[in-house]
Amino acid sequence: MRVIYILWLRQIKRFFRAKSRIFGAIGQPLLFLVALGYGIGSIYAKAGQGNYLEFLVPGIMAQTVLFSAMFYGAMIMFDRQFGFLKETLVAPVSRLKIMLGGALGGATTAVIQGLLVLIISLALGFRPEHWALVPVAIAILSLLAIAIACFSSAIGSFVQDMQGFQAINQLLVFPLYFLSGALYPLDHVPTWLRIVAEFNPMSYAVDAMRDTLIGQTHFGLIKDLIVLFIVVIAMISFGAYRFRHIEA
Amino acid sequence: MSVKKPVIKVTNVTKEFGKFTAVSDVSFSVAKGELFALLGPNGAGKSTTIKMLTTLLQPTSGSLELAGHNVVEDSDAARRSFGIVFQDPSLDSEMTAYENMELHAALYGVAKKGVAKRIQTLLTLVELWDRRKTQVKNFSGGMKRRLEIARGLLHYPHVLFLDEPTLGLDTQTRNLLWDYVKKLSHEEGMTVFFTTHYLEEAEAVADRIAIIDHGKLVALGTTKQLTTETKTKTLEQAYLALTGKTVRDEQVDSHENWRSIRRSRAMR
Ligand SMILES: Nc1ncnc2c1ncn2[C@@H]1O[C@H](COP(=O)(O)OP(=O)(O)OP(=O)(O)O)[C@@H](O)[C@H]1O
Ligand SMILES: [Mg+2]
Repeated sequence: MRVIYILWLRQIKRFFRAKSRIFGAIGQPLLFLVALGYGIGSIYAKAGQGNYLEFLVPGIMAQTVLFSAMFYGAMIMFDRQFGFLKETLVAPVSRLKIMLGGALGGATTAVIQGLLVLIISLALGFRPEHWALVPVAIAILSLLAIAIACFSSAIGSFVQDMQGFQAINQLLVFPLYFLSGALYPLDHVPTWLRIVAEFNPMSYAVDAMRDTLIGQTHFGLIKDLIVLFIVVIAMISFGAYRFRHIEA
Repeated sequence: MSVKKPVIKVTNVTKEFGKFTAVSDVSFSVAKGELFALLGPNGAGKSTTIKMLTTLLQPTSGSLELAGHNVVEDSDAARRSFGIVFQDPSLDSEMTAYENMELHAALYGVAKKGVAKRIQTLLTLVELWDRRKTQVKNFSGGMKRRLEIARGLLHYPHVLFLDEPTLGLDTQTRNLLWDYVKKLSHEEGMTVFFTTHYLEEAEAVADRIAIIDHGKLVALGTTKQLTTETKTKTLEQAYLALTGKTVRDEQVDSHENWRSIRRSRAMR
């Protein structure tokens, strides 16, 4: 536990020491929120779908967590480049703990950023349907963050440079995000897109967020949670497996 | 060979990177409390040998033992037994000197009770106690090196690996380091396995010296034995007699390939 804690703490400290990262991390979701929320909002309302900003907030929170937890993988890559990774790899500690400590730290900072988005949204007029369910939404956000941080740890364990990381983002993370129903309801999309979304784990995280925050769901919360749990377990295993086989 | 039970035992170890053989059928052992130097030109396979012994690389074949534990099969037990100062940097530069030490203590499960005292002793020894709250990225090269050495000693290792520990250190610090390392070795029976390109350092510190070239062990013994064997007077002469005078290229497959001889580091 001490090892997991100290590696978690390391990520938290690094996050708060890099002030620019905090602002950078908030800028992008804020842009999405304002540009899409107000840009598309009026058409959305005309189409009889209600308040788009409201619909968008859970998706943007999930987006923030997705991208910042993905960024954690780049930290692993830097740890390898600057040599610190070796220090953890020769320590007499299971690689699962090494992987998990850092990933939980990366996940925590991602959730903090997701919460900042929620606070900004509240300032823009967003109101959750039931305040009591907000903690549940945060728990869901945390599950998503852990899954993505473990996944990005695995990626960071073998990707050698920033370009490689960008490529993974372009080829994997952006599709995961745009094909997830974060930006549009899945009820009215063409069948092929709905099928793609059904195979996309991100859809379930977004759906669960939306269910708890604004009471709208496509898959149903139970199914969302089952999928999320399976993905979390799978990603922890994937990250641990990759870390067992790192050579530095 | 020493009569004492070996703490480090390397048997017929080979490491290949693709087609390139970095370490080729190397065997030797190091006794408890011994100060052992591994010398060799750039790219000879010194760091690769240390990385295999410290579980960072898997050998292609052969077996490695540390304090009685098989390094590949029982890596956690092996990891508990050593401390290491890597050739390349390995500190977290965003953290302070003290935080780097604390992190290491947690990773090695050093009892919380004595930790603060221990960290103070070691940081004082390497003259960094006053700078403990400075982020490592603001340290000079020598300060970073000193911190890495203090960190490597923090958990009372049985075996200390030092891969070119004195590179970039001033004479004062080098003397200080070797005095302390020798003291630990004599008083606590700590085994020290180090590499260096300063032959006078090896001569002054090491009980025994191994010389590796192109991945092969070419000599092993005390300075006296090596000079006698090569009919030379100093360790440097013995070393040059054993490894030749050409500058090494680290990726040349055949060492007869003269066209490829160039400064190994400059090309990187
Ligand atoms: N990960 C790797 N992949 C491919 N080749 C490698 C790898 N690591 C080391 N080598 C090669 O293996 C050889 C031995 O390298 P090693 O680092 O062990 O040399 P060294 O004796 O420590 O040299 P130096 O004195 O310059 O530190 C070199 O030719 C090097 O290029
Ligand atoms: Mg080396």
